[in-house]
Amino acid sequence: MSHIIDRRKNDKGKSTGNRQKFLKRVESQIKKAIPDIISQESIKDSSTGGSVKVPVRGLEEPTFHHDPKTGKKQTVRPGNDKYREGDRVPKPKGGGAGSGSGRGKGSNSPEVTEDEFTVVLSREEFLKYFFDDLALPNMVKKLMDSTENFEMRRAGYTRDSVPSRLNIKSSYQQSLGRRLALKGVLDKKLALLEEQLSLATDPAEKAALAEEVEKVRRQANTLPFFEDIDLRYNNFERVPIPVTSAVMFCIMDVSASMGQHEKDIAKRFFTLLYIFLTRQYKNVELVFIRHHTEAKEVNEDEFFNSRESGGTVVAPSLKLMEQIMRTRYDDSWNVYCCQASDGDVWSKQDATECKRLLLEDILPSIQYMAYIEISNNPRESDLWQAYSRISDDDSFSIRQVYEPFEIWPVFQGLFRKRSAV
Amino acid sequence: MTEKEKYRAMFCDPNWDYETLQAADEVISRIGKEYLKLKTYPNQIEVVTSEQMLDAYALTGLPTSYPHWKFGKDFVLNQNNYTKGRMGLSYELVINSNPCISYNMENNSTCMMLLVIAHACQGHNAFFANNYMFLDWTSADSIVDYMAFAREYILKCEEEYGEEEVERVLDAAHALMNYGVDKYKKPTKLSALEENERLKKLTAIRHENYNELWRTLPQGTDEPDLLTSEEGRFPKEPEENILYFIEKYAPAMPQWKREIVRIVRKVSQYFYPQGATKVMNEGFATFVHYHIINKMFEEGYLNDGFMLEFIKSHSSVLFQPEYNSKFYSGLNPYTLGFNIFMDIKRICQEPTEEDQAWFPDLIGKDWLEQVLYVMENFRDDSFILQYLSPKVIRDMKLFTIIDNEGESEFQIGAIHNERGYRRVREQLASQYDRSSYIPNIQVTRVDRHQTSKLYLTHYMQKDRKLETKSARQTMAHLRYLWGFPVELHSKNKLGINESSFEVK
Repeated sequence: MSHIIDRRKNDKGKSTGNRQKFLKRVESQIKKAIPDIISQESIKDSSTGGSVKVPVRGLEEPTFHHDPKTGKKQTVRPGNDKYREGDRVPKPKGGGAGSGSGRGKGSNSPEVTEDEFTVVLSREEFLKYFFDDLALPNMVKKLMDSTENFEMRRAGYTRDSVPSRLNIKSSYQQSLGRRLALKGVLDKKLALLEEQLSLATDPAEKAALAEEVEKVRRQANTLPFFEDIDLRYNNFERVPIPVTSAVMFCIMDVSASMGQHEKDIAKRFFTLLYIFLTRQYKNVELVFIRHHTEAKEVNEDEFFNSRESGGTVVAPSLKLMEQIMRTRYDDSWNVYCCQASDGDVWSKQDATECKRLLLEDILPSIQYMAYIEISNNPRESDLWQAYSRISDDDSFSIRQVYEPFEIWPVFQGLFRKRSAV
Repeated sequence: MTEKEKYRAMFCDPNWDYETLQAADEVISRIGKEYLKLKTYPNQIEVVTSEQMLDAYALTGLPTSYPHWKFGKDFVLNQNNYTKGRMGLSYELVINSNPCISYNMENNSTCMMLLVIAHACQGHNAFFANNYMFLDWTSADSIVDYMAFAREYILKCEEEYGEEEVERVLDAAHALMNYGVDKYKKPTKLSALEENERLKKLTAIRHENYNELWRTLPQGTDEPDLLTSEEGRFPKEPEENILYFIEKYAPAMPQWKREIVRIVRKVSQYFYPQGATKVMNEGFATFVHYHIINKMFEEGYLNDGFMLEFIKSHSSVLFQPEYNSKFYSGLNPYTLGFNIFMDIKRICQEPTEEDQAWFPDLIGKDWLEQVLYVMENFRDDSFILQYLSPKVIRDMKLFTIIDNEGESEFQIGAIHNERGYRRVREQLASQYDRSSYIPNIQVTRVDRHQTSKLYLTHYMQKDRKLETKSARQTMAHLRYLWGFPVELHSKNKLGINESSFEVK
């Protein structure tokens, strides 16, 4: 007696637990690979993709097995087309042939080398690994009720609106109901009249009844398909939405002293911060400001790629940033700023000016600012000196980086979860 | 006969539903039983989606299994390959259990469904239920229960001793899984209930016999004269089931670890017959579906269109690329097994002069009886050694390639001619012998006197050495399980050490 069972409705996640165990096992490799992935992608790309591929190695499950290169081996193969006993055939270069002894072709097990093996992480899993142990600085957010953003949400039906929002289905339901109701009344009336007619004897009364029947019948046959009262329209309401927007200012020094290497480091750092913010906010805008002796707002491509040279004055960029912030982004925005520079400034005065600008105008109105100095010079630069006095690691942090591999640790350092806060 | 016409209409409609499957199972079971005289376990046919099939793949075809990252890895690997289109999923997957569970893919056409039901639910099922390897080495009645027990036990261990420690034990045991197989004695059959019972009893005995005093004694020394003499040698005979040896004799292993080793060993034992009968199992199942579907056609259940689709699927299952084709990846077990079984039938029915000389015992016998006898009493190596006929060698144009270490050329050893038949046959049979693909390694000695060191010997065959890197890693796993130093020597046929691995 056989049972036939349809399992298709059953849970398909039988392997979820084992997959988690597996991911846990390759966790260290995934974490190691993440900075590489980031450095290869442009700032926005790295956060829009649905999945991330991490190549994984070293997952072999060791067993005792024969070394294919050793020993006297003999294998049977099918389809001999030209060989006779005792023929000699040169071995192909690079060895490797002559394996496959005895292992029949499994109908469904293609050999896959470990090199090809990649783990596809979902966006959530990727970010989980990426931001493990990190906390967003200054999570105190702008007040939600001060927002002016609204969203239109569906909210039932209304009887009066523009034709483009006509909801045909519910309108038809109304019409159907109305027609059924009216027709029923008229049909009953008709039946009554016809009965009277058949009973009537007086010709005058008969004529009147016949006329009445004719009238009712006509009425019943000419019920309008749609009346105004049938029509229903989709209704929308304005719903306030909480702030989910942040703006990130990227300020970079592009003076002659910043080489490709420094720019690359800066780019990676900006990327990290961007991804970090996109995890918290639905909508993150980027403003790129670059400066040498004067500051200029540019697009991403120009920001990283175009070459310029000249001396370095930092203060104008901060001024520009402040200006943009005041004009374009009102209080409902969360503002982050990240500045990258090699620390060279034209004069001490400039550094002092920067410090003043930060302290008086910028820091009070932004969430967090990070300054990274890309330099391997042990001497403290003027800008560093000026900044180090006001940095508090709470809303303003400064760090020094030079090599790409230092970026991730520095980034982690900047955003490390502070215990007991 | 209206019933038949109804069935015919159902089977010839490419879309199937529940009734179609039921009808198919009914007709196919009847033909299997009456025409092919198959004795089977009851069937449990499950229709699954591709995702569920991937799950089943990852658990190596068991309905449930203990949690381990390896299964997750296989799942991810298969899923990658499947979603990239690099790999197709098979139409079915069948489990050696009673009732015999088979998973059928939902996107099979009606023809495929019939083929699969004939192939898996009659062919494989009968093979599981009658082949001596499966009867001797597995217990289809209790495997599902046992795996449920294993899962529960390992989850409990994870809770108690931490996931990492459990994983460590499982990793190590998996590395030695090929050495967890008894080939010469029958394992006792345990259901989940008995297994639990056994554990309870064991704990009770240990509770009863516990005596605080024993802990205070120094490690007892055995009688000294036994240590040096040959009689003190332990184990007396080399033991090839390394996992069994560890489970029983590892000097300082906690009980729960022994139990985990035991579980892995049991699973390994369960899969042992499947590895040893791949060619026969697939060959027989293909033989069965071929005969059943043809019989259904004869009886008028199927039309020509159905048969065309069937023949196309059937021949793609049997596709054997030649050695120089880019699709070549070894001998196709379906083809080889099917050809041999078909040839047995041919020899019984229409023997040639050659067959008279090669298979005198088959001449004039009832083909079905012979096929069933072969199915019940052989495994791949003996099956090929006995029944690979010159005709099959000629049809498949089999030849052997000799590849000696250190020589710059391959040599052709034997081809499909009078001189070569026997050698091709012997060679092919030895290829399916377990020892040709799993190195012969046995526990030969334990130093119980001083170091508790475990000595293993690898008996080299045809001068084949162990692959060094993975042998080292495996030794590290073994060291972990044994708890004391381990050492392995590869000995050639003269008994001389060729290489050694040691973990202190």
